[in-house]
Amino acid sequence: MTDLATLPPSGALQAQQKRVRRRAPVDWTGFAFLIGLAVVILLPLVVTAVWAFAEVWRFPAILPQRVGLGYWQETLSRQDVWQALWLSLRITTTVTVISAVICFPAAYAFARLDFPGRNMLFLAFLSVQAFPKFGLIIATATIFLTLNLIGTFWGVVLIQLVGTLLYMIWIPVSAFQGVDRRLEEAARDVGAGPMRVFWSITLPQALPTLAAAILITFVNTFYETDAAWLIGLPNVRTMPMVMIAFINNALEVQYGAVLFVFLWVPSFLLMLAARRVMGADAFAKGLGG
Amino acid sequence: MAQVRLSGIAKAFGKVTALDAMDLVIEDGELVCLLGPSGSGKSTLLRLIGGFETPSEGTIAIDGVDVTRLPPERRPTAMVFQSHALWSHMTVHGNIAFGLKLRRLPRAEIRERVERVLDLVGLSGYGARLPSQLSGGQQQRVALARSLVIEPKILLLDEPFASLDQHLRERLRDEVRDIQQRLGITAVFVTHGQDEALAISDRIVVLADGRMQQVGRPGEIYAEPKTAFVAGFIGAMNMLDGTLADGEIAAGGLKLPAEGSGPARLAIRPEDIALSEPEEGRMVTVRRMIDFGSHVVVDSTLADGTHLRVQTDKAVRVEAGERVGIRVERWTVFAEGEEPRRYRSDTVRSFRDVRYA
Repeated sequence: MTDLATLPPSGALQAQQKRVRRRAPVDWTGFAFLIGLAVVILLPLVVTAVWAFAEVWRFPAILPQRVGLGYWQETLSRQDVWQALWLSLRITTTVTVISAVICFPAAYAFARLDFPGRNMLFLAFLSVQAFPKFGLIIATATIFLTLNLIGTFWGVVLIQLVGTLLYMIWIPVSAFQGVDRRLEEAARDVGAGPMRVFWSITLPQALPTLAAAILITFVNTFYETDAAWLIGLPNVRTMPMVMIAFINNALEVQYGAVLFVFLWVPSFLLMLAARRVMGADAFAKGLGG
Repeated sequence: MAQVRLSGIAKAFGKVTALDAMDLVIEDGELVCLLGPSGSGKSTLLRLIGGFETPSEGTIAIDGVDVTRLPPERRPTAMVFQSHALWSHMTVHGNIAFGLKLRRLPRAEIRERVERVLDLVGLSGYGARLPSQLSGGQQQRVALARSLVIEPKILLLDEPFASLDQHLRERLRDEVRDIQQRLGITAVFVTHGQDEALAISDRIVVLADGRMQQVGRPGEIYAEPKTAFVAGFIGAMNMLDGTLADGEIAAGGLKLPAEGSGPARLAIRPEDIALSEPEEGRMVTVRRMIDFGSHVVVDSTLADGTHLRVQTDKAVRVEAGERVGIRVERWTVFAEGEEPRRYRSDTVRSFRDVRYA
């Protein structure tokens, strides 16, 4: 037998829900993690950003005694800063484009084709990241020395290409594997040949994740310093190398802080825009999520 | 005319045989259902017709033209997939127009044909929407429209309504049948739902373990199953293991007249059993009553504990644990290596003899 409960009076349900909401427990652990992350990640960024505008900031003052754009004018009026920026953009764009041309077809092959030695070759591509990076660069540098590639634009491009393999193979392999085969079969079914299926169906379906791989590669290459320093010097000076030189050689920390903000803001805005256009799931899919 | 002829078609994946050599002719304008449990080979057979798999043996001809080695894009077929397989980066119009653009038709004709097919599937005005903005049923209609718009000779449907709820499935099933008959298109429909197969087909092909078990009209397959598998698979059926001896079959404590000797399987439909007053050798114990609204099924056990389902009138009420008598009206006996024998109680003659006397 079923007991029938009497209905509560009108409005009682909302009041009950409000009481339940008020009683919801506070997630103190999550809150502590949030504060911890904010302190570890955001605080150094905020402090550096404040330094970029601080003309006078002496201990023990919490805030700068004088702020202004003096260091910005001084830094951005330097010819070598703009030369380094332009060079960095050229190198980064070249590396990303070449990497995409080489890696995307390879990723498609790893994702879709079954050929002898497939797994070994895939591991070989990714194993580059398993070795200490500095050792790899030194070994490469000795080869480049005989090929006259040290201190050249193409020397830096080639060494930085190696560093892009992980993202430009691994993420696109996931992207191509994630495209439902039935979508491609449906296209063939209405008359599309294999090439048309790739251009009209597979590529657009994988594109958000491929774009995420390109973006990550672009940003990583732009900020790369080890390889660029060992292979590029003395002729090739990228933007991060100029920034390091500023921080190491200048007495005032503000020069480095200005370049930090100068480099950080565009890439941050780029990431935000990409995330908005591509959606967070593109990044997650690329990493197997 | 759009006839499909399968001759000696077989398919093996490595050492696993998915389809054993089979012959089948699907006539022009016919809707044939491939029915079977998971792993029976029905989807493999459909994919072979569509060109997504190549047969290990045999040939496939459409309208007399051998298409066995042709890729899907060169076959006069179109498939509606279970998962809809709509391209999420294209609008509804883009999805449907894709096949027409590949055929390089004039833009005005493409627009006109897309609108016409959208109207046919009841989605006029939905052309600008993205697939993600449609419900499951609407997405399946778009998938159907995409296949129909290229005017294929053969429409292939791979469990197209499996992901939809019962109510919507029945509605779309009727709509597909209506459209198929209106266009006079030949269709092959894969399903594991016997109700769906019985409701929609001109003929049913029952498959099990990669072998064709029976081909026939829905009523024929239901009434005269040729194998014990078909008997058990199509509709509700009590399947009892028994022994033939002395002019009767004994199964689960139940004895019924039957010819032959040796082990056999006794098949009785729940609706072919009537409840009666208790009588020796024809008694069951009621376990529970299942009310289906239109009728009632009594789940009962025979003397040795074997389950027996009895379909009866709604007015009949029996209690769990009650012992009641049964009267079997019709039954079929399947003996290894022999044709099935059908009987009915009033004559105790072969059902076929009665029917075609």
